[in-house]
Amino acid sequence: MSQRKNIIEVTNLVKKFGSFTANDKLNFTVPEGEIFGFLGANGAGKTTAIKILSGLSKPTSGKVIVAGYDVSKYPNKVKRNIGYMSQQFSLYNDLTVRENFRFYGGIYGLSNKAIKDKTNYYLNKLEMQEYGNKLLRSIPLGWKQKLAFSVANMHEPAVVFLDEPTGGVDPITRRQFWELIYESADLGTTVFVTTHYMDEAEYCERVSIMSEGKIVAIDSPAELKSKYGVDTMDDVFVSIAR
Amino acid sequence: MWAFVKKEFFHIFRDYRTMVILFGIPVVQVLLFGFAITNDIKDARIAILDYSKDEVTREITNKLVSSNYFLLVDNLESDKQVESEFRKGKIKQVVVFEQGFAKKLEKEGKANVQIILDASEPNTANMLNAYTSGIINSYSLQKIRESSGIPMSISIEPKMLFNPEQKSVYMFVPGVIALLLMLVSAMMTSISITREKELGTMEALLVSPLKPIQIIIGKVTPYVFLSFVNLVVILLLGFFVFDMPVNGSLILLLLESLLFIVMALGLGILISIISKTQQQAMMMSMFALMLPTILLSGFIFPIENMPVPLQWLSHLMPPRWFIIIIKNIMLKGVGIGYFWKETLILVFMTIFFIGMSVKKFKIRLE
Repeated sequence: MSQRKNIIEVTNLVKKFGSFTANDKLNFTVPEGEIFGFLGANGAGKTTAIKILSGLSKPTSGKVIVAGYDVSKYPNKVKRNIGYMSQQFSLYNDLTVRENFRFYGGIYGLSNKAIKDKTNYYLNKLEMQEYGNKLLRSIPLGWKQKLAFSVANMHEPAVVFLDEPTGGVDPITRRQFWELIYESADLGTTVFVTTHYMDEAEYCERVSIMSEGKIVAIDSPAELKSKYGVDTMDDVFVSIAR
Repeated sequence: MWAFVKKEFFHIFRDYRTMVILFGIPVVQVLLFGFAITNDIKDARIAILDYSKDEVTREITNKLVSSNYFLLVDNLESDKQVESEFRKGKIKQVVVFEQGFAKKLEKEGKANVQIILDASEPNTANMLNAYTSGIINSYSLQKIRESSGIPMSISIEPKMLFNPEQKSVYMFVPGVIALLLMLVSAMMTSISITREKELGTMEALLVSPLKPIQIIIGKVTPYVFLSFVNLVVILLLGFFVFDMPVNGSLILLLLESLLFIVMALGLGILISIISKTQQQAMMMSMFALMLPTILLSGFIFPIENMPVPLQWLSHLMPPRWFIIIIKNIMLKGVGIGYFWKETLILVFMTIFFIGMSVKKFKIRLE
């Protein structure tokens, strides 16, 4: 594990809004191809950190390197090398499935041929060929979610950020979704995921837990459980984050 | 970028409500303003109460009826009928000739006509009064000339410049253009941008390598195009249905309109940045844009007649200046030399709105 190169390096990241400190000296690294769970109660500062990592917001101080680029100096280089999927999926309901691929492929500068190939590849993989020309609004939530993940991966980013990707989805679909995540991690994509489901935290190679702007624990789920002497990630979370 | 513009067109064409607003409203508005909301008098229904029934009263009555402004619907017999006729709402005006009209005129050189008007619509009543008085006056002047043989008379010949027939359409078409360009450009863009915010797709766009300015340009380009199509539709309607001319340079008119469209888009972007939801954006556009455009731009109510504070306020209304510009081009047929000041004001407003948007957008990203 120590052989892999780090794709995310965060050193002393501080973000302040006025007198409020949202991120207080965060330090962590995420190696290539890892599935990294980023946990924390609501308001712990997760969203702020993700915004900074994805180049949407500038840190007050500290250094953040994503995919080899300093986020505050080259936000656009970073943006080109990351994928992003939010709880709301970021797909357009009034476009067809193919048009959604087309659009996002287009804004990431993929060639027409590449877009077509990728679209066919993902539709085949998800066994959704016959839905290609259907409007997105007519497609069930679980499928939309898989599509959104595919779209976020279409330009082969080094890191994908998943911001609570499985909200409102049934357990079976969630499990299928995690299979997709594993597949893309096997191909070398780093997956940076936030979630409120602690069973999902167990799927991660490592997790960090934030509380009041600080990272209070960071390790593999197994290590964390033994360290806090509990059986589930749920209990770990409750004993730390309250 | 092209992918973006294309996607935006998909949004517009797949949403039939947007389509209706975009293309239905302009047509309906122009026709409504052109036909229904007219200040012109035509075939106003009147009655005559003639106590004299002589040659002169008949002649005056004929003059009134043949003017095309009035339609004689009833000859009344007594003044008791007058009020009931008005109450029925069948007529707008009664012209009363006193007894022995012609004789009195001959002997005393003076006779009385009474005009009774339904003033529940004060504007119409005023106009009817003016038209009737005018016709009777010109008749009496003509009589004086004939009988006295003296070629003495002061005749007033008004010449109405730029709108000789005083059509109110000439006033409404420029106003409707301003109103619709404002509505389509500002309201539609602000709604479509806030919609992306609501759906969470804005986030995905911001995380993408697109620069904010590219996102904005991608979003507004289709609306510039559609507003332009709208403008052409209104001009064609004005021309073919209402004979509204474009006396000046058509190219200049289109360029000035483009400037106004860009200004309105800037305003729309600003609204979308300030507001969080589509509804908020819609309300803001309605109250901040529509009503002032209608009330304060001089579109319907003359600015000179407003209370002074409102006159000041009207200086801040972009449509005010735009309406001056298009009236100058369409009716007076003059060139940019006559309205460079108004153009400059619009340019400054455009720069101001876009500058404000960019600044606010950056703050939001921090």
